[in-house]
Amino acid sequence: MNKLVIAATVNGDPVEFLTDPGGSLLDALREELLLTGTKEGCGSGDCGACTVILDGEMVCSCLVFAAEAQGRQIATIEGVAEGGRLHPIQRKFLDHAALQCGFCTPGFIVAARSLLDRNPDPSESEVRYWLAGNLCRCTGYDKIVRAVLDAAAELRQERRVEGELAA
Amino acid sequence: MASLAFHAPETIDQAVALLAANPAARPLSGGTDLIVQMRSGRIAPAAVVDLKRIAALTGTRRHGLGFAIGAATPCTALKRDRALAAAWPGVVEAANLIGSVQVRNRATMAGNLCNASPAADSVPALIAAGATCLIAGPQGEREVPVEAIPLAPGRTSLAPGEFVVEIRLPPRGQGGDAYLRSIPRTEMDIAVVGAGANLVLDGEGTCTAARIAVGAVAPTAILVPEAGAALVGTRLDEPALAAMAEAVRAACRPIDDKRGTAEYRTAMAEVLARRVVAIARQRAGENA
Ligand SMILES: Cc1cc2nc3c(=O)[nH]c(=O)nc-3n(C[C@H](O)[C@H](O)[C@H](O)COP(=O)(O)OP(=O)(O)OC[C@H]3O[C@@H](n4cnc5c(N)ncnc54)[C@H](O)[C@@H]3O)c2cc1C
Ligand code: FES
Ligand code: FES
Repeated sequence: MNKLVIAATVNGDPVEFLTDPGGSLLDALREELLLTGTKEGCGSGDCGACTVILDGEMVCSCLVFAAEAQGRQIATIEGVAEGGRLHPIQRKFLDHAALQCGFCTPGFIVAARSLLDRNPDPSESEVRYWLAGNLCRCTGYDKIVRAVLDAAAELRQERRVEGELAA
Repeated sequence: MASLAFHAPETIDQAVALLAANPAARPLSGGTDLIVQMRSGRIAPAAVVDLKRIAALTGTRRHGLGFAIGAATPCTALKRDRALAAAWPGVVEAANLIGSVQVRNRATMAGNLCNASPAADSVPALIAAGATCLIAGPQGEREVPVEAIPLAPGRTSLAPGEFVVEIRLPPRGQGGDAYLRSIPRTEMDIAVVGAGANLVLDGEGTCTAARIAVGAVAPTAILVPEAGAALVGTRLDEPALAAMAEAVRAACRPIDDKRGTAEYRTAMAEVLARRVVAIARQRAGENA
């Protein structure tokens, strides 16, 4: 089978990888780029474990052809922490015990970050609707929602402090 | 998928040529139906023609006094066009009931329509709105009403090589539209019944035009002309609403399945039709 060579930007770095014409972006990330933080739960768009950011919008990478990524910007869970420093959403997931098996966690964190990047002060119901495409079979969701709301509060506080320092 | 070819043309003509050259080629918009069906083995196209790199197919714009929505525009982008969302809230809301945010960031109304599921959420809203499709193909362009596209579950009236270029919404006029669906959950489920309404009212509150469409109660989403006709000339009083609901009931030909019985679907179609008419009427009042 003839493979396609795809050039894209992943977590800010230019990358090139091979894919079958029908291969998914999820498989390319995991098997070609060895970025295995992004998980496959269902492969049909239902669970959100494979959530990545494609040109600024969150999508299920299982429902994107890898070939579609040509020239595009992709952000994955591997790019959420800055070096060794966890993102506040990641820390709050630990603080609130918002994970058990952890399989759904990368998808939830990428999705939650996408929400907080555009809405720093979401209501609980906004968080629940935004995360409706992410399934968790362990936690019962409450702890996840609390972790996201708490991370939002901390990020708002951080921004206030940064604003005051800048002023 | 052994010999699948992937194409990403940049013009409508290139896409027509690619699709016309290979009857087993399929257009790709958001892929939220197409890729799922390929994975499950339900379909095995020889080629996929990604429409998203064609500039004319992405984004929304004014078209005369109405709107044109590029066929490859994802549902979430519709909300960002304030004028569109203000003029046709029922259509924009219907498109944004589909799946999750992740799904809606990819899914398009054209894909929803051309997948030809009887339960497709945006389709009754588009039919009620009187939307049309601009179609490109080997024979050139043609424009048809949205309700002329789906023929049966999974089958459309598009000829080989043809695809939807844009969906056109007419000028809003003095009225309002609405769409509601019934599902057992609040998100991430397929409609058991869906209903769309679009009304035009005069200054006195008399209905001068009405279109009612229902989904998931027949092999395709359907326009119910008798339901609209029952409202025209009235002030949407109870006898008119009862006649409208009765016309909806008479048009339903639903199936029994795990999501709902035929009887339940028919009863809910009446309920939803009344509710969407009430919302459309309120919106019409706000636009007056
Ligand atoms: C998790 C999940 C939840 C979902 N929930 C809902 C829901 O609540 N309600 C609902 O209605 N649907 C739902 N869907 C189905 C799907 O998301 C929608 O039908 C969506 O609108 C399809 O659009 P698309 O752009 O992704 O289509 P695609 O998958 O790209 O295409 C669908 C079909 O249309 C053809 N096609 C695509 N574009 C064109 C064009 N421009 N011209 C001609 N043919 C074309 C394709 O060849 C294919 O046959 C869901 C899907 C998933 C995965
Ligand atoms: S693996 Fe993609 S949504 Fe479940
Ligand atoms: S922690 Fe196990 S699925 Fe969410």
